[in-house]
Amino acid sequence: MKKNIASIFVMGLAMGSLMIINSCGSKTEENTSAPSTEESTELGGQSAVKDDDSQQDIVKVASGSKDHTTLVAAIKAAEYVDVLSNAGPFTVFAPTNDAFNKLPEGTVETLVKPENKDKLRDILEYHVAVAVYKTDMFKDGQIINMANLGNVKISIKNGEIFINETAKIIGTVPSSNGIIHVIDNVLLEKK
Amino acid sequence: MTTIHMKIYHLITATAVPLLLLALTGCAPKNPTQAITGDAAEKVYVAPGKHDAYYNFVSGGFSGQVSVYGIPSGRLFRVIPVFSQDPQTGWGYSEESKPMLNTSHGFTPWDDSHHIALSTTNGEHDGKWVFINGNNTPRIARISLKTFRTEEIIEIPNASGNHSSPFLTENSEYAVAGTRFSFPLDYAGETVDVPINSYKKNFKGTVSFVSINKESGNMAVAFQLLLPGINFDLSRGGRGPSKDWFFFSCYNTELANTLLEVNASQKDKDFIMAVNWKKAEQYIAAGKGKKLNVNYAHNVYSDETHTSTSTMLKEVLALDPIELKDIVYFMPCPKSPHGCDVDPSGKYIVGSGKLAALIPVFSFDKMIAAIAAKNFEGEFEGIPVLKYESVLHGEVKKPGLGPLHTEFDGKGFAYTSMFVSSEIVKWNIENLTVVDRVPTYYSIGHLSIPGGPTAKPHGQYVIAYNKITKDRYLPTGPELTQSAQIYDISGEKMKLLLDFPTIGEPHYAEAIPAKLVEPNSTKFFKIEDNKHPYVTKSEKDAKVVRQGNQVHVYMTCIRSHFVPDNIEGIKMGDVLYFHITNLEQDWDVPHGFAIKGANNAELLIMPGETATLKWSPDRVGVSAMYCTDFCSALHQEMQGYIRVSPAGSSTPLKWGTGETPEAGLAAEVK
Repeated sequence: MKKNIASIFVMGLAMGSLMIINSCGSKTEENTSAPSTEESTELGGQSAVKDDDSQQDIVKVASGSKDHTTLVAAIKAAEYVDVLSNAGPFTVFAPTNDAFNKLPEGTVETLVKPENKDKLRDILEYHVAVAVYKTDMFKDGQIINMANLGNVKISIKNGEIFINETAKIIGTVPSSNGIIHVIDNVLLEKK
Repeated sequence: MTTIHMKIYHLITATAVPLLLLALTGCAPKNPTQAITGDAAEKVYVAPGKHDAYYNFVSGGFSGQVSVYGIPSGRLFRVIPVFSQDPQTGWGYSEESKPMLNTSHGFTPWDDSHHIALSTTNGEHDGKWVFINGNNTPRIARISLKTFRTEEIIEIPNASGNHSSPFLTENSEYAVAGTRFSFPLDYAGETVDVPINSYKKNFKGTVSFVSINKESGNMAVAFQLLLPGINFDLSRGGRGPSKDWFFFSCYNTELANTLLEVNASQKDKDFIMAVNWKKAEQYIAAGKGKKLNVNYAHNVYSDETHTSTSTMLKEVLALDPIELKDIVYFMPCPKSPHGCDVDPSGKYIVGSGKLAALIPVFSFDKMIAAIAAKNFEGEFEGIPVLKYESVLHGEVKKPGLGPLHTEFDGKGFAYTSMFVSSEIVKWNIENLTVVDRVPTYYSIGHLSIPGGPTAKPHGQYVIAYNKITKDRYLPTGPELTQSAQIYDISGEKMKLLLDFPTIGEPHYAEAIPAKLVEPNSTKFFKIEDNKHPYVTKSEKDAKVVRQGNQVHVYMTCIRSHFVPDNIEGIKMGDVLYFHITNLEQDWDVPHGFAIKGANNAELLIMPGETATLKWSPDRVGVSAMYCTDFCSALHQEMQGYIRVSPAGSSTPLKWGTGETPEAGLAAEVK
């Protein structure tokens, strides 16, 4: 079972990457109209560090997955690319595109709008814990506090791990700054 | 990592890297971005020969030292040796400085120095001393701002991991120390041999109040509080209305003893601990302190004798706040708080839950009212816990991820470093709204505003001390330079001005106006005041004295010779002590001393100072010695020889300068 997921995940990488290249047309704004007497230099964050040699971080791994284009788009819309490129360590529950598709129609499109950035960040932070939880560290009934301060509950049924009873871990990928657990449903916090 | 995970990972790296590279580098993120404008250079440019406006005292982290930079130029002036041996100055190698590194563990030549505390009077910088903690083998050091030298180091008993230190009370009455690592305390004697998993029962923490003499600066462990086995992280003294209180951030209230990465992050809230140290003083005065048997070192360096002493102390006074209920209170604080900072007015205490996406701000007035009303949610290990809502001024919502430390500009704004989201966030203390944010490169830890932790901040700049530099400088192999960044905060928006590299790993730092320090700086030591037991105050007093196999060389140096510079009659098995006095009485003319085969280091001897290098010859022959600090046009001529003869040989003891021993050297030199 796990092997199948793995191969699907990997097969998606090349295409996913191509899509990202194509989506790179938008130009940077602001600060380009500095007075002519002043030289202006635009700086990128940690995600812009050129490093082809190190193990890939969470953003790079997720960006390489065809099954996570929605998540990656959301991370970009929330301006969280640099955050998740940081030292971490993070545990990210990464919903697949199919998981996002299960949300009511229009939900994602609404969330990625600039005016909903804070709400989107809150949802993304509910998928991120600042610690590395390897699969064998999950226990039935375990409560994990997430980056937005909300809690998720782990349950284990027949050897399968569920988050908040609804989202199942269907694959796990280590990264340089943490670990990604691929899940089949988006986590929605009950507030 | 399981096999399947490994496979997945390898496949991903093998197939995806080339394309991902294109994808990510071709698409530099739009945020965070910041323009560096052309006037940045102008704002940090200090013309040749001109002085910086501020001194910046920066902890060296794992270097164990303190470095001194100029702000705004970012120029490094000096690395002050503190807890680590420093071969370039002879610190910890010279006979005079060795006792400074003595502890109950013996000679302890390294530590991890994290936090700077500049002495204050009425909550404002007074320019007298720099205090710095030793984290690993718990110690506090005091550095003189006249000589920029470490004058005193005191070990902290019943302590492990002295992290929440050496922060000060408003008038520098006390420096504090706290246990980051709880453990079976020293005074428990033989019962400290316990299973690690008996943590909850046997592991305890302490915080210590170390008194500081107003005139001499001399330190003493005045009293300790015996506390539950949680981790004390950072601390700040109150000021103004809260001046009698001290605040400590606490984590691991889960009392975990393994995999704290996960096990100490379970609870929604840990604590800020409030300590009424005035009340503790009253209990001590009333004889409530218990004497505990311990063993700790107190080391003091004297500018008069140019030597240091190490004294072992055997007793400490302790108070039990579980018994004496009105000294210590806990305020719940979200998610493993790290920074614990008090605003200039002393009215607000800022907790920074490092895993939280909010910054709670506590009100001192509300805390006092809640204590009076006994507004407790219960007790933790016998200590009352106040209700969160009853002590809360408010929360800064969604400031960023990983808030660590907060400094203040004196204009009503707080600046909090965000490790995970790699930024400084500026917010309004009264209404708790975020007004500006600026990225740091990368992953900021501490930050410093000149006077930022005092009652009267100077504002103007905030300096970020970053944990990661990656591509910011020319690479130097796997180990890269550490880095600081200066931002202009004189306007509404923070503006990045300059990156500058730092020594060790900078943790906390403080900046102080140069005018408070510069006029007091010692230029040289007066030779007539030199009370070193082996001082040689003139060349005619130079001599070599044999005491059994110990040979004491009373040596002088001045441009450009040593007296004596030829010595004979030394034998294998002798131990030599070169007591070298620098006779110069002129600014910036140190001399150095090195001898071939020395197994320790060189000496750097300041004008008017005496320093001693121990040397045990290991072979028969003639060894050269020379001055290592370029002192004059004839520096290269400043040298000498020592003849070492076989053990039992009859070579007579002779010394001098200007005539060779073979020519019938006189014992004295005119």
